[in-house]
Amino acid sequence: MSSALLLVVLLPAIGALINGTRAFLAPHTPKNKTTTNFFALATTALSALIATWIVIQSAGSPWQHVYFQWIPTGLGHAGALLANFTVDFALRIDHLSSTMLMIVTWVGFLIHVYATGYMSHEKGYTRFFTYLNLFMFMMLLLVLGANYIVMFVGWEGVGLCSYLLIGFYYDKNFAADAGKKAFITNRIGDFGFILGIFLIFNTFGSADYTRVFALASAGGHAQYGAIATAICLLLFVGACGKSAQVPLYVWLPDAMAGPTPVSALIHAATMVTAGVYMVVRSNVLFRLAPDAMLVVAIIGAVTAIFAASIGLAQNDIKKVLAYSTVSQLGYMFLGAGVGAFTAAIFHVMTHAFFKACLFLGAGSVIHGCGGEQDMRKMGGLRKYMPRTHWTMLVATIAIAGIPPLAGFFSKDEILANAFPHHKFIWLLGVVTAGMTAFYMFRLYFMTFHGTYRGAQVEGIETSEPEHGGHHLIPDQRHLDQGDEHIDKAHGHHVHSHEPHESPFSMTGVLAVLAVLAVLGGLIGLPAALGGAHPTWFQQWLAPVLLPIGGEHFEFHEAALSTEYILMLVSVAVAVLGIFLAWRFYKRDPLWSTLKRLAATFAPIHRALESKYYVDELYNATVIRGTVLLALGLWWFDTWVVDGIVNGVRHLTVFFLGHGSNLFDKYVVDGAVNGVATTARGGSMMFRRVQSGLVQNYALIMGGGIVLIAVVYLFMKP
Amino acid sequence: MGILNIITYIPAVGALVILFMSKNATRTIRTMATATAVIDFLVSLWLWPNFDKTKLFQFRETYRWIPSLGVKYEFGIDGIALLLILLTTFMGIIAIVSSYSAIKFREKEYYILLLLLQTGMLGTFCALDFFLFYVFWEVMLVPMYFIIGIWGGSRKLYAAIKFFLYTLAGSVLMLLSILALYFFNDGGIDFLHIKGLGNPGTFSVLQFHNIGHLIPPQLQFWIFLGFFFGFAIKVPMFPFHTWLPDAHVEAPTAGSIILAAVLLKMGTYGFVRFALPILPDATKQLLVPIVVLSIIGIIYGALVSLVQKDMKKLVAYSSVSHLGFVMLGMFALNPIGLRGSVLQMINHGISTGALFLLVGFIYERRHTRMIADYGGLAKQMPMYAALFLIAALSSMGLPALNGFIGEFMILLGAANSTAFGTISYAAFAATGIVLGAAYLLWLYQRVFWGPLDNPANQNVPDVNKRELGLMLALIVMMVWIGVYPTPFLDVVEKPVDYIVRKVDPKYFDKQQLTYPSTVAAAAPYPSTVAAAAPYPSTVATAAPSGRGAAEGSGTHTPSEVAEK
Repeated sequence: MSSALLLVVLLPAIGALINGTRAFLAPHTPKNKTTTNFFALATTALSALIATWIVIQSAGSPWQHVYFQWIPTGLGHAGALLANFTVDFALRIDHLSSTMLMIVTWVGFLIHVYATGYMSHEKGYTRFFTYLNLFMFMMLLLVLGANYIVMFVGWEGVGLCSYLLIGFYYDKNFAADAGKKAFITNRIGDFGFILGIFLIFNTFGSADYTRVFALASAGGHAQYGAIATAICLLLFVGACGKSAQVPLYVWLPDAMAGPTPVSALIHAATMVTAGVYMVVRSNVLFRLAPDAMLVVAIIGAVTAIFAASIGLAQNDIKKVLAYSTVSQLGYMFLGAGVGAFTAAIFHVMTHAFFKACLFLGAGSVIHGCGGEQDMRKMGGLRKYMPRTHWTMLVATIAIAGIPPLAGFFSKDEILANAFPHHKFIWLLGVVTAGMTAFYMFRLYFMTFHGTYRGAQVEGIETSEPEHGGHHLIPDQRHLDQGDEHIDKAHGHHVHSHEPHESPFSMTGVLAVLAVLAVLGGLIGLPAALGGAHPTWFQQWLAPVLLPIGGEHFEFHEAALSTEYILMLVSVAVAVLGIFLAWRFYKRDPLWSTLKRLAATFAPIHRALESKYYVDELYNATVIRGTVLLALGLWWFDTWVVDGIVNGVRHLTVFFLGHGSNLFDKYVVDGAVNGVATTARGGSMMFRRVQSGLVQNYALIMGGGIVLIAVVYLFMKP
Repeated sequence: MGILNIITYIPAVGALVILFMSKNATRTIRTMATATAVIDFLVSLWLWPNFDKTKLFQFRETYRWIPSLGVKYEFGIDGIALLLILLTTFMGIIAIVSSYSAIKFREKEYYILLLLLQTGMLGTFCALDFFLFYVFWEVMLVPMYFIIGIWGGSRKLYAAIKFFLYTLAGSVLMLLSILALYFFNDGGIDFLHIKGLGNPGTFSVLQFHNIGHLIPPQLQFWIFLGFFFGFAIKVPMFPFHTWLPDAHVEAPTAGSIILAAVLLKMGTYGFVRFALPILPDATKQLLVPIVVLSIIGIIYGALVSLVQKDMKKLVAYSSVSHLGFVMLGMFALNPIGLRGSVLQMINHGISTGALFLLVGFIYERRHTRMIADYGGLAKQMPMYAALFLIAALSSMGLPALNGFIGEFMILLGAANSTAFGTISYAAFAATGIVLGAAYLLWLYQRVFWGPLDNPANQNVPDVNKRELGLMLALIVMMVWIGVYPTPFLDVVEKPVDYIVRKVDPKYFDKQQLTYPSTVAAAAPYPSTVAAAAPYPSTVATAAPSGRGAAEGSGTHTPSEVAEK
């Protein structure tokens, strides 16, 4: 089974290698799409099938396998003792990694299928699938690794693929900027992550999950409380980068510059949840560090409400979804921070279903509207693309938290866990839930209801106060192709055609995801609604939550009445959000109430629309500061450090050369020979410095050695 | 004549043969130079399977040379030198083949000098006699001086003289230190009123290794300082680095490759081979300033790279940053850091060599290295763009490529160092990872991404087969070291432990941490795993293997383990 698991990981890599070689060796010739599809999809499908077989075979008993010793680092200190700090290439199957494995392989496969339709007119088709397969490989390493280092490899690897895919339309400056921004912001997070890993090594002498968690759980709070806080905070810095939390979230909205399947797979369903996975994976350490958990919960809650509020006022369909993703990720951290690790992973899963569905639906809309992303130029699309409409509606209800769809259960479980711990955090969560329902239905009504506004471009102001300067990603799908590749079916001219439904490869995937978005939540059915206690999903993940110092992790059992009230509150808030969206966008097709409100609260509206000017703030401080510092240092290097070197050279030449020459001529002319000879020797030498004849140096060098040798020989007896 | 002499002098013999060729027969000259380099590489490869990684210095050869001074002609290598020799012969091929189209005049002299340079560098790594080492050290300078001075760019004379004099100044101080060691050993001259040992006079490095700890600290300090200037200039460490950007920018591509890949390693090699094991007290005494300079170098080099306008200068400053990592790992004075440091010497040679090579490719086509002259090249030269990306990723330490292994081990060593006693050095140094990504990706974006708007770039041909072959050879090495570095790390294990023991004789005497099965049994989580995974048993036996520390090891209960 261990070789099968290796195959699961390697198959996408093989696909990437084959397609990558094809793309590399003949970059300018169009490649056979069927061949590309075969290598990309067959490998992914096979990988998913084998993965499923492994998960079924393992049947909930964890195992891991060491394939080879990767970095034999040697002896180091763990505490006062020497430990052999080896790093193995080892993969692990347990309840947590199998859950993530299923999400990654199957959602990944579905999105591969979708992309064959969505990307079919792209010139860089094979290149795209190379990156996508490479991403699958790295993501599988991330979730299957049996130690923090293998996880880190995947972690950086998915970052690279994200960079390449965001920058897929590399000849557009905004895509290039966004790619670089994503990578560097992630690296800032990785800086914390790797320091956390070093602390883990220093403390436990290993980065292997089993050893670290076994020692930590045996040691308990008394032994590891303080160091665990430091470790967890550092790990969480990494999670903030990868999972786009405040203050490192800025890269994710820009990452929408990538093709939409990428946004769905990487920037919604899988990669961005890696931070949550990492925190849940390290739950033993986090539970030793209540302070760190509180930080996680606060950052999560703040991110959730902050991003949701920005999402209220965005007009780019992908931007809304991007901020929604940031907000939902905040939710997951909120859950993890209050100790609801199971709920966090549960939400990772349901979110993967409905958000992938939403992004792919948005992709279908963009595809159908000929590349348009501004919702103000959409509207009424339910007539033109019914399948997309229905699937997206389902996913929208799911994310809004209406029972019995998937989003309700996971969100409710998080809120139910937050309530007894921190009431204020719970309140933030509830408000966020309302905002989520509002902006998602706003998106839904703006896109699918009313009349199609694509034709009447003039009627709507097209430029919003967008400081990044590129939020209207123009006709993005066609950016990569040369003129000869203009998509004939959809036309290059955006508004000359009516919107149309997307091919089956796309809508079929949407349907599958919509079904999952409906049913996916049932595995976490709470006892209050007829499920088990703990829920089935909690029972499944329980073995990953180790007891600490003999004390078992308890799933709290609130009074049924409280539970019902909490559910009622969150559903009521969601319904309120939906109602407001309906009131402003559906019942009032001219959006007049809304415009009046926006005018009344203009500063707030502008701040929301401009995303609180955070990008501008970062530009003005961090980025500009770094560049200025670098320029200052360069000046310092040129004029001070090197200036001293050149100065020494000039002084030497002047004083020892000319100076001693003059001295020789006028002062000691004919005086003591020894002194004069030395001085002349010096002057001769340094005059030759200017002539640059190297032979002379060699000669002087050799002479010097001989001289010393001779002196020495005479001195010895 | 032993294998090491053969490896060292094959390039010189090749140079001699070329000397007798007609200067117009450039094709023959090139072929001869390439053949020499390839043969040399193949012969040096023979060393690897025949190298006994359980021993220290091997393939020893000793000849009488100047008996009255105790100077011997002594060769011998350990694992560190082995890797550097392989790097030198490997990069030698790359440098020579990359010169085919780059060098357009005086080819004969050029290839002769390049081959002589190889001999000088190989001899430096092989020498186990200080006198001999010094001779090769200086011999190496001369061909490089001419390569920069004749085939260089517009300010070649300034750069060449600066390179030569700066290095020479350092080596004179180093010579003084060598002489001080010599006189301390034989007691001929008393420095600082310290009586020497009265042994027979010798320049033997191994003898100095043995008497190093007998040198009183105040004398060690001064000797170390001499070495420090000699080696730190070569590394180059901040603030002695300013010759490097000039030399790199003006040197022809092959010169830059050799300079970055091998010549800079002379400095770090010098520290590892001489300064640390011979002068343990001074090493510990000067540890903090050196480490601080290394960290400044890491951050400073990266920040200055960020704002360079010339690609070659950018890569040159990035070397300052990378070599800062090498120095940091070395002075962590533990096996992890030192092994990472040695591996990073090799990694830097490959990655930075590759970057200089790539800059050379584009310079040959467009005759400019200014970043502003490019943009959108990925469209016109997709293969070149892909190759450049891999080299850049390797340089910024992306996992699964070579740079990561080195940087990871160095930072882990620094974080774990008892000599540092704090994780903050590692934390400061780790910012270099962020900055490394920043300057390389920004460079990449400005050169390869965005619109292809400079008309001059619109007909630039992509890489040809020769260039592709060179890069693929380097990429194979990057991936190999990144995925399976064990063969490289295994050979340096013994020498690294030897150096750690020289500096800190008690390092391995501490008790060993093992993971007793009781830990696994205490917790339900891994208990099922323990049965399936081969872990706990292998760990307990693997940890003390082959080390003198095994005596102190025992099994600890979890509570003991946790006691710290």
